Amino acid sequence: MKISDVFKEMSLEVKTFKDGVQREVTGGYVSDLLSDVLAHAQEGNIWITLQTHQNIVAIASTKGLAGIIIVGGREPQQETLEKAESEKITILTSPLSAFEIAGKIYQLLQ
Amino acid sequence: MPIHQTIEGSFQLIGGNFSNAGDASIELKQKLTELGFNADIVRKAAIVTFEAEMNVIIYAAAGWLRYYITPEQLKIIVEDMGPGIEDIDLAMQDGYSTAPEWVREMGWGAGMGLPNMKKNSDVFKIDSVVGEGTTVEMIMYIQ
Ligand SMILES: Nc1ncnc2c1ncn2[C@@H]1O[C@H](COP(=O)(O)OP(=O)(O)O)[C@@H](O)[C@H]1O
Ligand SMILES: [Mg+2]
Repeated sequence: MKISDVFKEMSLEVKTFKDGVQREVTGGYVSDLLSDVLAHAQEGNIWITLQTHQNIVAIASTKGLAGIIIVGGREPQQETLEKAESEKITILTSPLSAFEIAGKIYQLLQ
Repeated sequence: MPIHQTIEGSFQLIGGNFSNAGDASIELKQKLTELGFNADIVRKAAIVTFEAEMNVIIYAAAGWLRYYITPEQLKIIVEDMGPGIEDIDLAMQDGYSTAPEWVREMGWGAGMGLPNMKKNSDVFKIDSVVGEGTTVEMIMYIQ
């Protein structure tokens, strides 16, 4: 599954590094605790969170994540957008909740 | 790529400056990957380095992170000038954190940093003097 496959199913807006939507997604991880994501997310995962500050980009980068979906209609901060663009990290936003997004992606991955 | 001499790097960390958090972790991961280290060591190194960076940024005034890669081991030393840690056993407990509310809202301060640094390294040493600072040394052996 690719991030682009998720679009067909639900409303997502790509905020940074559009090319990344073609990347293969190995699974997902849902957490707002950054130490938890550092310890447990796996390479190629899509990360679902409500955090919007710039440290999420470095986390995604060092973990080799496929992208970040910021949920609940929250908007990433300006520094987050700039950093993500330069680090080639795809950030998406959605008005939906983490539960709804995760449920759909889980289904798509089955 | 064979390692013939020690490969090292160092990063300065400033308390409260979250903007370059993770830089050391990302650089070290990239170096280890280029050198052909196995994925398990690369993954562990990325975790412990990021957590070590965060502790200086969150709790100390300033500090340095240095890493040394040799054919036998990866060593990471993090030294800071800061408040130090009064009760190291307590600080090492999973879930223990004194992070302020605004840091917790950022998703840091889960009290997982030091325990995860210990868990992911073969040697973990922490030394702290209250009012002066903290030094953490971690070693990972390369089989
Ligand atoms: N470099 C440091 N200087 C001063 N105190 C520290 C330092 N590192 C850790 N601590 C103390 O140890 C506690 C636990 O640290 P850690 O396990 O990394 O969790 P967290 O950073 O999420 O609180 C911190 O909340 C803090 O009180
Ligand atoms: Mg910590």
